[in-house]
Amino acid sequence: MNELAFFINNVVISGSVSGSIYAIGAIGVTLIFSIMRFAHFAHADMMTFGAFMVLLLTTLFPAAGASLGVPTGVLMLPLAMLLTAVLAVGIDKTFYKPLRAHGVKPIVLVIGSLGVTLILQGLIRLFSGTGGQSLYVDDRKEIFRLALPFEGARAPIVITEPQIYLFVITIIAVVALHLFLNRSRLGKAMRAMSDNPELAQASGINTNTIVAVTWMIAGALAAIAGTLLSLDVTFKPDLSFFLLLPIFAAAIVGGVGHPYGAIAGGFVVGFAETLAVFNWNVLLRPFQESFPAWLELPSNLAFVGTEYKIVVPFFILIAILVWRPTGLFKGKVI
Amino acid sequence: MSHSAKTRNPAYTPQDATPTRRFPLRELFLFGVLLAAILAVYALMGAAYSTRMLVEAACYAILALGLTIQWGYAGQFNAGVMGFVALGGFCAMLFSVPVNEAFWGTALPGELGRVLLYGVAAILLIVAVSKLDRLGMPKPLRTLIVVVLGLVLYLAVISQLREVTDAIESQAGFVGGLGLPPWTGWIVGGALAGGVGYFIGHICLGLRSDYLAIATLGIAEIIKAFLKNSDWLTRGTATVSPLPWPTPGPAELGFTLSRAIYLSFTAVIIAVIFFLLNRAYNAPWGRMIRAIRDNEVSAAAMGKDINKRRLEIFVLGCILMGLGGGILGTFNSLFDPQGYLPLNHTFLVLVMVILGGPGNNLGTIFGAVAVYIIWIMSEPLALFLMQLAVAFGEGTFGWDAPSNMDSRALQARVLVIGLLITMVLRFAPKGLLPEKVKSHS
Repeated sequence: MNELAFFINNVVISGSVSGSIYAIGAIGVTLIFSIMRFAHFAHADMMTFGAFMVLLLTTLFPAAGASLGVPTGVLMLPLAMLLTAVLAVGIDKTFYKPLRAHGVKPIVLVIGSLGVTLILQGLIRLFSGTGGQSLYVDDRKEIFRLALPFEGARAPIVITEPQIYLFVITIIAVVALHLFLNRSRLGKAMRAMSDNPELAQASGINTNTIVAVTWMIAGALAAIAGTLLSLDVTFKPDLSFFLLLPIFAAAIVGGVGHPYGAIAGGFVVGFAETLAVFNWNVLLRPFQESFPAWLELPSNLAFVGTEYKIVVPFFILIAILVWRPTGLFKGKVI
Repeated sequence: MSHSAKTRNPAYTPQDATPTRRFPLRELFLFGVLLAAILAVYALMGAAYSTRMLVEAACYAILALGLTIQWGYAGQFNAGVMGFVALGGFCAMLFSVPVNEAFWGTALPGELGRVLLYGVAAILLIVAVSKLDRLGMPKPLRTLIVVVLGLVLYLAVISQLREVTDAIESQAGFVGGLGLPPWTGWIVGGALAGGVGYFIGHICLGLRSDYLAIATLGIAEIIKAFLKNSDWLTRGTATVSPLPWPTPGPAELGFTLSRAIYLSFTAVIIAVIFFLLNRAYNAPWGRMIRAIRDNEVSAAAMGKDINKRRLEIFVLGCILMGLGGGILGTFNSLFDPQGYLPLNHTFLVLVMVILGGPGNNLGTIFGAVAVYIIWIMSEPLALFLMQLAVAFGEGTFGWDAPSNMDSRALQARVLVIGLLITMVLRFAPKGLLPEKVKSHS
């Protein structure tokens, strides 16, 4: 039964953690893709920016959370979301809007967003240094150990406080986004614009507002994903290059322009990653006696080593582009 | 373009337009400034340092030519130049480093070959099983069998490979080189980069251009991860040095002279590439490529095979990147997988191309040399500015500066590259030396 606890810790929990983060990131990417029609490479750095804002605020008011009983980092999250949303709108106004006004091809916007990536990365590194820093400045990271209700189960299921926050906030964000897109006037206008921008404009939808709202949502979601990731591990300014590929893979797997698909894609990529680096020998070892004698299991039965984790989203991306370029949920943009 | 190849009168040579000769004032001015800058660097930093800078700039010029035909000729954006450069550097290392007797003298090569044979056999088996539906097996069942068999065989082969590579690492250090002249490595590096480019391009070029950028970004990180972690093949973080040069090395002739010879060697290669690319650009093939870039629909309507032409261009660009990476790796005389950074090997090249003039080979070479000089010189400049800022902050506000200001100053160059990219796209989208688009009046 210890093997089962090990499996839950290493696959179910860590897969859900990375899955949630990829899903929140991929929603932003897919929304931008469906409204602005380009792959926004600076998204992962907006995530880092959001986490950095939380780090700054937490360092300024380290004891703010203790009075309310939540970690300061989580308390500062709404403020960081607001700042990142403002940043996202500002980036659009300064960098992308002039390019769009020139009527450039979408790929030029992609290159522009790579430039923005570097600008953000440079700024963050300039102010934070290059090392990793914990977002738990004054608080203590709670770790919960749940014993399995089985006979002979000694290894507990381990889940940390930020992980619980991550799951709760992910569910809240997804439900809020669902209500926004389906119930509110603005959300419906957004979906109309993603279906057909000209028709939406002709029927009196202010496309400039929609673009701004899209950036605000994407920025706020990026801040959530970046902060929760940094709460779970540590804040590092160069996280983004490792996040870009899984997030884009998640968006494309789910079907570009399809927010619910992005959520599914995020979890597909997250679980695929953890399943691929999991050492299957742990699960097979208890059954060693029932195998034929000539079959000796190697001690390392992981599909890829942890250092090759990035291969997994790439492989998923290639597979989906080969067999189903529209994604699992038939995205609009290919 | 109204004549198709078959009906064209062989005596008729198509002309784009009557070429209007103008005095190349802009080119002369820009290259004059560049020459002055190079001379200034020579005066300031000494001949050995400056020649080294010029050789590296020349290697970057080859990379930039590779990117300019992808981006400038065909409008494809490759965000993973670093990966192709690293492949070139790896091949240069693998072919030129002396033979490692501790590896070849033992049973290890046989073991490695056996595992590779297993791998080939496993692939053949899976391909054969995936054809089972032709014998009447239901397709879902076939897919299930293929997936399960694939996973099991993959695990079997990869665990065998892990055993052998661990044995190589513990007994022989690493595989070692082949002891061949470096240029063989450059050629194979170019071919390998072209092969990877073919794989990526084949999948992505029929889709939106954004997907190519995402996929190339991914493959670059994967190539780097592979080279960094395959200690048995590349010694990983322990790095391999020295790599022999095809020309007399610094030990025989001194730094300046040996580097100057290497520079002239590289210059000849650039001249050849430049000549061939210009021929191709002005040939019917080049016209077709530009027609596809400028108006895909009308080019398709004229019966041009768009995806095939795009694939040709993309592979050609990747070959040049692999070649340039090999020449750069040999010159550095050090193979360090961790030294390949997206900033230095992807975005710097991108800035060279879009600043110099995408689609204009002369402009690209100008951009490569100019940007590389700025890049190299920005290092002392950034340190100086940061020290100035720290001194100012301490003097005026009593600011207690963190101790790692120097590394932060170097990081600030990331910011400058990013600003350059966005500014050039916004204010000079055609670069300093724009492509000369001839038009019928």
